[in-house]
Amino acid sequence: MPSPQSQQPCEVEVTFTVNGAPRSLRLDTRTTLLDALREHLHLTGSKKGCDHGQCGACTVIVAGRRINSCLTLAVMHDGDAITTIEGLGTPEKLHPLQAAFVRHDGFQCGYCTPGQICSAKAMLDEIAAGIPSHVTTDLSGPLWPSAAELRERMSGNICRCAAYPNIIAAIAEVAADDAAQAA
Amino acid sequence: MKPFTFERAATPEQAVVALARTPGARLIAGGTNLLDLMKLEITAPTHLIDVNHIGLDRIEDTGEGGLRIGALVRNTDCAAHPRVRRDYPVLCRAILAGASGQLRNKATTGGNLLQRTRCPYFYDGNLPCNKRDPGSGCSAREGYSRNHAVVGVSDSCICAFPSDMSVALRLLDAEVEVMRPDTSLRRIAISEFHLAPGESLPIREFALEPGELITAVILPPPPAGRQFYRKVRNRASYAFALVSVAAVVEEDGSGRIALGGIGTIPWRSDAGDAALPRGAAAVAEALFANAAPTEQNRYKLKLAERTIAAVLAAANSG
Ligand SMILES: Cc1cc2nc3c(=O)[nH]c(=O)nc-3n(C[C@H](O)[C@H](O)[C@H](O)COP(=O)(O)OP(=O)(O)OC[C@H]3O[C@@H](n4cnc5c(N)ncnc54)[C@H](O)[C@@H]3O)c2cc1C
Ligand code: SF4
Ligand code: FES
Ligand code: FES
Repeated sequence: MPSPQSQQPCEVEVTFTVNGAPRSLRLDTRTTLLDALREHLHLTGSKKGCDHGQCGACTVIVAGRRINSCLTLAVMHDGDAITTIEGLGTPEKLHPLQAAFVRHDGFQCGYCTPGQICSAKAMLDEIAAGIPSHVTTDLSGPLWPSAAELRERMSGNICRCAAYPNIIAAIAEVAADDAAQAA
Repeated sequence: MKPFTFERAATPEQAVVALARTPGARLIAGGTNLLDLMKLEITAPTHLIDVNHIGLDRIEDTGEGGLRIGALVRNTDCAAHPRVRRDYPVLCRAILAGASGQLRNKATTGGNLLQRTRCPYFYDGNLPCNKRDPGSGCSAREGYSRNHAVVGVSDSCICAFPSDMSVALRLLDAEVEVMRPDTSLRRIAISEFHLAPGESLPIREFALEPGELITAVILPPPPAGRQFYRKVRNRASYAFALVSVAAVVEEDGSGRIALGGIGTIPWRSDAGDAALPRGAAAVAEALFANAAPTEQNRYKLKLAERTIAAVLAAANSG
């Protein structure tokens, strides 16, 4: 066993699916999922704000769930399916949330936006799946994407430009469209 | 971050064997606390054992009418479970009051119980902190202590225990099931699990022995009465508690009460429970009998009393 002082960097093979395409990388075990996406796969849509789980700029969707890609190791995701902002829509065919953010001016500098949109996508799925939040009054009742619910559920995404009112307006519009389609 | 080797365990037994075999090894679950500390090199394991694929990710009914929550159940899934929502709403509410949607999707039952302090000096390698560097002193005593504990403190450390979930588990008299290095199981009462700092160093925070793996949290049948969790923080969401109150109150006003944000461990006492029918001031007096606040965090005594009053008012409003 090497002593702690002599511990050398250690590389491992990691394979996961990113936006539908299988990707294999040889990575230092210390590589976060965020750094693997940005530095190794050059998917620079996901942003590094704080690198400590505090801002949400790095939010990606893994196996259908939003997570902070800065607080997880790439090696822990061997075999997983990952969706980043690049996989949600393209400039030619925007995801409805992307289009709504444009319509509502849901950003100023845009740094937090990829994280906001990935978070919003998975967050609406959480509401659809019946997962309650801190502001849900009836824990066993039906859920409704009210502005209060959206604000609470999006609190893990900080916007330094404080575009919050327009972010909520954009998400609320998509939530209402989804509800209309489901009806 | 310091370099480390990595392995993925496939079973709980494999995880404890690997842990016993490898000096400098640590378990990693959600990673939301451990990686934070590794990035700052406050913790520097030389080997990580990934427990995300060992199972223990289910919530099951116990024969006695309680619940068995696997150590790898994500905080989101625990809060969303139909029986947790119906029978243990205080646990559901406590989890939902913590962190963010993204973090709760990763954070696990076991990792949440074992999360480390958010004391700013613990994170700042340039300043003394007995918890990080035993014997160096406690910078918070004479420094910034607005968020720190008022009870359960010692000369060596005054940091507040940050977990919301653990306050609800303390209220519910949960037990923590643990696998020893020889793969046998033991149970630890939640009241014994979190350890207040004494004068001796290094500071021991948990009753877990080296090499042990948390396998589950076991809840007894739901208590009679209505359950509440009320958290007060600097902003409306996504912040640690300044004060939190978990309570279960019966028709006649009796019940149980546990506080978070104010103690070095989730804070509950027989005297506090017994004082419930006599109102918030009596409860606060009982729970804060040996309080040792600093000038900066003295406000928590009054804030806690008022938060207790708000919970009791809600309990009495039918
Ligand atoms: C920005 C931010 C805000 C937060 N806000 C809150 C809040 O408001 N309220 C709150 O309560 N929490 C909050 N948290 C903390 C969060 O709840 C914890 O980080 C999380 O619960 C830890 O769980 P994990 O599975 O990610 O643990 P990990 O980081 O994987 O592990 C934590 C520790 O537990 C050990 N461990 C993990 N699983 C086991 C096991 N089964 N057996 C033995 N040891 C094990 C690890 O070795 C490590 O030492 C916040 C965190 C962040 C980053
Ligand atoms: S309160 Fe505890 S964690 Fe904070 S500086 Fe003092 S010893 Fe360290
Ligand atoms: S960069 Fe991951 S949360 Fe800020
Ligand atoms: S648009 Fe600038 S940080 Fe949100």
